[in-house]
Amino acid sequence: MMLFGRKLPAMSSLLVWAALWEVVGRMDLTFFVPPISAVFVTLFGLIQTTPFQNALGTTAYAFFLGVGFAIVIGIPVGILMGKTRFLDELLLPWVNIFISAPLTALVPVLMVLFGFGTKTIVITTTLFAIWIIILNARAGVMQINRSMVEMGRSFGASPLDAFFKIYLWAALPEILGGVRIGIIRAVKGVIIGQLLVSIVGFGALFELYSSNFLMKEFWAVLIVLFGLAFTISEFLGYLERKVSFYASAR
Amino acid sequence: MSQINPATLADARPALDSAVSVRNVSKNYGDVQALKNLSLEFPRGELTSLLGPSGCGKTTLLKIIAGLLPQSAGQIEVDGKTVTGPGPDRAFVFQDFALLPWANVLRNVAFGLELRGVAKSEREAIAEKYIREVGLAGFEKKFPHQLSGGMRQRVGLARALSVDAQVLLLDEPFSAVDEQTRRKFQEDLLALVANEKKTFIFVTHSIEEAVYVSDQIAILLPRPSRVSEIIRPTSFRGKGVDNIRRDPEYLDIVDEIWASLRSYVE
Repeated sequence: MMLFGRKLPAMSSLLVWAALWEVVGRMDLTFFVPPISAVFVTLFGLIQTTPFQNALGTTAYAFFLGVGFAIVIGIPVGILMGKTRFLDELLLPWVNIFISAPLTALVPVLMVLFGFGTKTIVITTTLFAIWIIILNARAGVMQINRSMVEMGRSFGASPLDAFFKIYLWAALPEILGGVRIGIIRAVKGVIIGQLLVSIVGFGALFELYSSNFLMKEFWAVLIVLFGLAFTISEFLGYLERKVSFYASAR
Repeated sequence: MSQINPATLADARPALDSAVSVRNVSKNYGDVQALKNLSLEFPRGELTSLLGPSGCGKTTLLKIIAGLLPQSAGQIEVDGKTVTGPGPDRAFVFQDFALLPWANVLRNVAFGLELRGVAKSEREAIAEKYIREVGLAGFEKKFPHQLSGGMRQRVGLARALSVDAQVLLLDEPFSAVDEQTRRKFQEDLLALVANEKKTFIFVTHSIEEAVYVSDQIAILLPRPSRVSEIIRPTSFRGKGVDNIRRDPEYLDIVDEIWASLRSYVE
């Protein structure tokens, strides 16, 4: 960000919003916005409590498992769709239906199918993340040069070699972009799962704090969640920039 | 100078050893007939150019020989064996290089061997040898985006050489490099043909380039494609790279080819 011709340090916009938040909080306009300093004080108190740490553990477990499934299933499916016209025409309608579907409305159905436990929460998380990962991997493979594919064939690449040594790498910039967006959606998915399926983890904390109008605690948990999602997303953004040197030269 | 009608060619030189035979090959894309009943022999150890106006199907023919495209009718034989798909007896050099942008020069050159399951140390030793041969020593750890277009095509050439295929298929390999680099390439290619004892099939749209590098030039005419004539330059091949371009036969052949192609160029 530039201001008056000077380059500002990264994320300085956050400081502006934090200052504004603090001012509004101190003016005591609404109970909904407590001063951000108070939120942070609450935050540091909160993260030392066992319920919070348990909630973090439960949420992280469901989140990483869900994201893991979304990545491990989504990337190969997307690559195969980009590679094989038949699979693409077979699966693309479903991917497009689910990427625009209100998945929250589907959660009760999942509960009937998979019960009220962690399993359903993990599946919800996966369902939130997987479609964009599939679509991006597919788009990544579809833009691979025809000659790159022919090169693999003419030098006798086995299907497995072609997959792991050519397609996966050639589509990596798009795949990483898809995983980054998928992870952000998975954060939503895991919380929605924890709110609707069984009240555990961060979902339980949100439920508890908002129904008791404990806004400082509510915002504190939200900031923790934002911080985690932001860190992962920035890390993937960093990986994306590392491979961007060849994104333009494929 | 000798110019032989393709029909009499087989009778004139029956003993000539062919590395690649194309027999009555046709290729249809839907209703469009790209190649029609095309036959052509590629003598072993020589460089044959496929030359013709754009749309004459020369790249299509090359890709059929490579096994990358199926023909609609007819037969391709490499060393007497019928081609059914890509094989280790043929290696392809691509117009746009087709290098792995995420791999360095060494891995790119060794990639053909990597796909054939050759052990790492062995394939890298072979790759090193061909990297030196194409003049890229010292660039082993560089990535394709750090190289010029000409150097990238040298990587593509080294990759094709290192798999030690008997037939090298080159699809307009120098069309994406600048004029001076291209001239250097053409000289190097002559040395390569002389040293490597491989059969080269070379697609180009440049008449001068075809006449300069070829032992045999097949002129393809379009719609549908067929071989209109085969030209075998005789006198200037042994005179050294510096003298070819002012040899009377060279100039005559260039003029003559242009005269026969002129009417097909829009």
